[in-house]
Amino acid sequence: MAEVTAPASVPAAASRPIPVSRTSDATTTTVSRKLGSERIKMDVRDLNFYYGKFQALKNINLQIAEKKVTAFIGPSGCGKSTLLRVFNRMYELYPEQRAEGEVSVDGENILTSRDDVALIRAKIGMIFQKPTPFPMSIYDNIAFGVKLFEKLSRSAMDERVEWALRKAALWTEVKDKLAQSGTSLSGGQQQRLCIARGIAVKPEIILLDEPCSALDPISTAKIEELIDELKKDYTVAIVTHNLQQAARVSDYTGYMYLGDLVEFGDTDQVFVKPARKETEDYITGRFG
Amino acid sequence: MRAVPVQISHSDYRLPLHRRRKLINRMALALSLIAMAFGLVWLIWILWDVLVLGVQGINAATFLESTPPPNSDGGGLANAIVGSLIMVLSATALGTPIGILAGIYLAEYGQRTALGRTTRFINDILLSAPSIVIGLFVYTIIVAQTRSFSGYAGVIALALIVIPVVVRTTENMLQLVPNSLREAAVALGSSKRVMILRVTLKAARAGVVTGVLLALARIAGETAPLLFTALSNQFFSLDLSDPMANLPVTIFKFALSPFANWQQMAWAGVFLITIGVLALNVLARVLFRQKH
Repeated sequence: MAEVTAPASVPAAASRPIPVSRTSDATTTTVSRKLGSERIKMDVRDLNFYYGKFQALKNINLQIAEKKVTAFIGPSGCGKSTLLRVFNRMYELYPEQRAEGEVSVDGENILTSRDDVALIRAKIGMIFQKPTPFPMSIYDNIAFGVKLFEKLSRSAMDERVEWALRKAALWTEVKDKLAQSGTSLSGGQQQRLCIARGIAVKPEIILLDEPCSALDPISTAKIEELIDELKKDYTVAIVTHNLQQAARVSDYTGYMYLGDLVEFGDTDQVFVKPARKETEDYITGRFG
Repeated sequence: MRAVPVQISHSDYRLPLHRRRKLINRMALALSLIAMAFGLVWLIWILWDVLVLGVQGINAATFLESTPPPNSDGGGLANAIVGSLIMVLSATALGTPIGILAGIYLAEYGQRTALGRTTRFINDILLSAPSIVIGLFVYTIIVAQTRSFSGYAGVIALALIVIPVVVRTTENMLQLVPNSLREAAVALGSSKRVMILRVTLKAARAGVVTGVLLALARIAGETAPLLFTALSNQFFSLDLSDPMANLPVTIFKFALSPFANWQQMAWAGVFLITIGVLALNVLARVLFRQKH
């Protein structure tokens, strides 16, 4: 009995067709294909990752383009969430987890960077599968992250909070109840609150770990629209179980299986004309 | 709605088992109700006696006058009430920060370390240690050394009872906070310190406060640790370095005395402690429910 607070006009995202391939060059698809003309924001080289003795990522090489959406798909346990958690060193919270290789952001390897990890995470935001509002007011949820690195006046903070909530398409729904607890919102609103919270600290990269898997279709559509909006200013990487979602929102797609990046390339190409048989099997539903 | 015809013949075989299950169900429910009634009877009986006998002994003098000497009329429990309040509140004030800090260590830092495991184990022992042992311990290290019973010794003994309770509840309540909340805070660039202070501790706040209130309720009625430490005091005193009057020891002393008015006062003291503990428990429940 999800409370539907959204207007009845359901955006057409759910019924949008998978975009038809724009390009016709069939020769270029190799694993870790170089990107086109876009600037490279993140460069991953020879990345290996271990949970204790278990190797969860095997020699991953890929590049993430600036101000584009890069999606990672694959069956459960293939390592796509793990990959995302390397990108902001979230795995470091757990002592038995370990990464080897290189993840460069604007040329600097963040895995060996001497910067405080908090600074790296402030630059590379992350939104999780389940909404995680903090036990405080909607306003404070947003202000929490901002206060970590900035000293703003009351009015500047007000502006920032409004800006972030507008960006996350939540402002009109919550502007009269900013003092209410963040946990009082519906699931979809909570997730947009978390996105607003992530945007408010002005990161350069936003990592989305299955952001819609706990949401109803209307909320999902809203968040997909939001992702489209976000890539104007941010580099976005998204992990999703939903193939249609990957096809709808992303510019580049990586297919992962058992810790390998099987295929990586233009979303249109991966979905319409995958280079690898495994990818095709997964996308067409013969496997997975 | 029109009834849809059901093909009974197919489900016939389920009936015997279903009837049996229903019968067992009723029997189990009946046994549970009897057990509950058995427990409640004693509880209500105790509360009733305390109420009837306690209320008779309560008057203005109870709160205004100190305990009377033997074979004299009048007097009250003022010194014991004030002494109990001072010692119980001081012990809580002393034990709560230590307990919360240790609980934070166990839940957020020392989860899987050897030090964490050892601390948790020892804390569990302390949690179930008989309070008379704690009383004797403090007697040995403080009262015997200073050669004087004192309110300070009483406070320390009570604090030693508060600490393990608060450690345990703080740790448990922090463990109930989902890791996703920690990750979300850290993902915004917060340090572990800020994450704990502003997010996880806040999420666990109601539980931690409940734990403190329950610890307070627990020490309010403790007699053994005070018997060897604060002892008692016939006179009104606010000086913690002297022996200090308190409700539990006064009740103990007066209830065993041959004087009718002392026995009456003991009941009044029992009534006050019971009401106090009951109020603390209700408050703890209300606070906890508001949050969850």
